[in-house]
Amino acid sequence: MKCKLMLDRYLQMKNWIKITLVFAFLMFNLAGMAQKQRFPKPEFGTGYSQPTPVTPEPRALALEYTDVVVLLIVLSLASWFAIRKRSRKGLLWLSVFTLLYFGFYRNGCICSIGSIQNVSLTLFDPGYAISITTLLFFLLPLIFTLYFGRTFCAGACPLGAMQDLLIIKPLSLPEWLRKTLGVIPYLYLTFAILFAATGTDFIICRYDPFVGIFRMDAEFHMVVLGIAFILMGMFVARPYCRFLCPYGVLLNWMSRFSKYHLSITPAACIQCKLCSDSCPFDAIDYPTDEKQSKNTKWGVNRFLVYALLIPLWIFIGGFAGSKAHTWISKANPTVYLAELLLSKPEVRNDQKNLDVQAFLSSGKSLETLVKEATVIRQKFYSGGWIAGGFIGLVIGMTLLGQVVYRKKNDYQPHKGNCFSCGRCMNFCPVKK
Amino acid sequence: MENNNKKSRRDFIRSGTRLSILLTLGAVGGIAAKHLTAEKYVWQIDPFKCTQCGRCATSCVMTPSAVKCIHAFNLCGYCDLCGGYLKPDANKRSTAAEDQLCPTAAIARKFIEEPYFEYVINEDLCIGCAKCVKGCTSFGNGSLHLQIIHKRCLNCNECSIARLCPSQAISRVKASKAYNVKGSFTKDSKV
Ligand code: SF4
Ligand code: SF4
Ligand code: SF4
Ligand code: SF4
Ligand code: SF4
Repeated sequence: MKCKLMLDRYLQMKNWIKITLVFAFLMFNLAGMAQKQRFPKPEFGTGYSQPTPVTPEPRALALEYTDVVVLLIVLSLASWFAIRKRSRKGLLWLSVFTLLYFGFYRNGCICSIGSIQNVSLTLFDPGYAISITTLLFFLLPLIFTLYFGRTFCAGACPLGAMQDLLIIKPLSLPEWLRKTLGVIPYLYLTFAILFAATGTDFIICRYDPFVGIFRMDAEFHMVVLGIAFILMGMFVARPYCRFLCPYGVLLNWMSRFSKYHLSITPAACIQCKLCSDSCPFDAIDYPTDEKQSKNTKWGVNRFLVYALLIPLWIFIGGFAGSKAHTWISKANPTVYLAELLLSKPEVRNDQKNLDVQAFLSSGKSLETLVKEATVIRQKFYSGGWIAGGFIGLVIGMTLLGQVVYRKKNDYQPHKGNCFSCGRCMNFCPVKK
Repeated sequence: MENNNKKSRRDFIRSGTRLSILLTLGAVGGIAAKHLTAEKYVWQIDPFKCTQCGRCATSCVMTPSAVKCIHAFNLCGYCDLCGGYLKPDANKRSTAAEDQLCPTAAIARKFIEEPYFEYVINEDLCIGCAKCVKGCTSFGNGSLHLQIIHKRCLNCNECSIARLCPSQAISRVKASKAYNVKGSFTKDSKV
């Protein structure tokens, strides 16, 4: 009995030794494999000292935080100049500083406009880490605007500063044109969020017309676009701000409910009309004229009709968006590649198609790719409904805005559209 | 009096809306805060994913590209017949321009001792075209590889090469480990 036990133990031990040996052998081999090179590194006889590859460090994190502090200071100063100090000159010099610092020194990146995309991506993709700097660049201007109006646009936005400093002879645009073009930023915002949230593209960064000027380097078509915007901006003041900027949409909303806002006159308006043409952006609301207010009855009817039409607009927009999702989703490289491989299998032989060749050599199966593409397309489908619905809402609200008359007695900046640039203040003859 | 009432009502609505907007912003910030990172992120190439397509030279927003070839000397065989330095059809192992693979002659070949040669990249000349990388990876040890050089890179919000890279080789890495230099960085090691 005892003997048997001993034997058992002996056998057990032998097994252990075997396993350990096999393991050690494997480890040894693996280590050898990792080291294996086609051409082993030579043993140099002479005293050769081997250089190390140069890997300069990225810009320090502390400097990123400095950017946030600078933004905070510039925002505070801009608000103080616009509301308390009432100084156009102060705002002007602040824009010069912003243009130099955030524009030319920081190359226009990161900017609050682009941060919309990082924030959207974070909200929809749990794997995406957003840096504190980016989040603050997104939030700080919005919060400031909620209290002081768009002072960010007046002094802290490098794109705004660039355009503002280059205004030469601003033309006044008719209202219908302004209202119509004013829908574009909403579209841009919607698409920017849709593309960012689906991980497709950062279109705001890609089509920023001024960033190429800040870096003094850009692709040819972006150079053309940048110059076109600058030339246009000499006569149509701040074209990007008014008819493209997606962040401007958010700022516009914030500013409408702001606690304080720049006012043209320091005391009471005396209706002298001196400021009426002073705003290069047509952002001054005139007192409601008698003719309009007489038509209120008709206005009320129209208002009701337009208000009732809004749900319809939302539905039409959402429907159109969901229908367009197949087409829009092709902007996503994964969807595009999957579709290409399915519809034209012969591209597999096209040696010049780098994307196809890289996919084939990656060893990923077409099935996996199609699966990934389907998931992304599904996101575009739901995104299409939301985005389309939102655009429908914007159209409905714009039309509704046409028939709303709020009685205004004085000349006042339109709180949503005014950039708080301070130009109009200099035209007011009223002193405190 | 009536006017005053109207005014205070409007003010009330306005401050109510302001508060709700503020809460919304807070919510956005709160959700984002879950993925918030105190780390700085930068763009970098995974040399094991890169297929040397050549887009790094043309797609960076900078000209010349912020992507450069890096030489992991530790892995180099110091070959006389270097697959990264010489054209496959080179008629002699020389430093003659027509025999060099690099379009800008950015690689300096230096004799060390028989039969070994050292290859050093001149970063200022390199345009990141990956021709040498392809040669070295196919015929040599793969010690030449591409990296984004952070002194030159602007750390764009979205790297324009990352979007176009056919092999998804470019991703964001922590700034504390800003390079994937072969040797210390191995295949499939956590980025
Ligand atoms: S509207 Fe947009 S681009 Fe213009 S100043 Fe404001 S944030 Fe900047
Ligand atoms: S501050 Fe005056 S001039 Fe400037 S945008 Fe506003 S209304 Fe126009
Ligand atoms: S784009 Fe991608 S695959 Fe092409 S060379 Fe650059 S890193 Fe390599
Ligand atoms: S071949 Fe291309 S990547 Fe290699 S050193 Fe020359 S320019 Fe740089
Ligand atoms: S982040 Fe910008 S500068 Fe850096 S490599 Fe990419 S495109 Fe070039």
